[in-house]
Amino acid sequence: MSDETSSPLRDQIQTAIEENPVLLFMKGTPEQPMCGFSARTVAILQSVGQPFAAVNVLPDPRIRQELSALSNWPTIPQLFIDGDLVGGCDIVTEMYESGELQQALGLDNAAPDGPAPEPQAPEPAPLSIENRL
Amino acid sequence: MAASEATPEELKQRIEAGIPGATAEVRGDGHHFYAVVSAAAFAGLSRIAQHRLVYDVFGAEVGDRIHALSIQTKASETQTESIA
Repeated sequence: MSDETSSPLRDQIQTAIEENPVLLFMKGTPEQPMCGFSARTVAILQSVGQPFAAVNVLPDPRIRQELSALSNWPTIPQLFIDGDLVGGCDIVTEMYESGELQQALGLDNAAPDGPAPEPQAPEPAPLSIENRL
Repeated sequence: MAASEATPEELKQRIEAGIPGATAEVRGDGHHFYAVVSAAAFAGLSRIAQHRLVYDVFGAEVGDRIHALSIQTKASETQTESIA
């Protein structure tokens, strides 16, 4: 079943990763996350004021299959910065708390005083690309 | 059900068997797990690479039989402070 070489969907995912400087693959949308880990990652990106594109993996299970095959990372969410996988919710949270995330994003924010923000009431992301795949 | 429910103890043993020199503490409810893993093998690796070593122990079970696995990794014997 699995095609080791390439597929149109995988090519589309690769293109999306290359074209969007900050891209989050998540369950649900930034406005309506469908998983606590995705919600937390969205909340962190919003709290540092980082515009980001988002792809909802839920509409088609093949998106997740192809993404994981491409990134060699089994779980969702997955955050890409400048084409590189940065990590999932755990790593993004750790990096946020240490200030490394802000550094990787080229933001001036110093390391935060407190722990990572909990998901807040839905708030539209500054920029979101949804279901573009 | 083909496979029995995963337990924290099972995950701990498999991580420690799968990563040389690793020690793991695992909490979980059978579906969602939280693992803190220390290993000398992590030294010099990026977080991504460290977490991949842990995920690789379980392969396709992550996201399936093991619904969610949160990971915190520590390189044992790290003397240097990471620069924040």
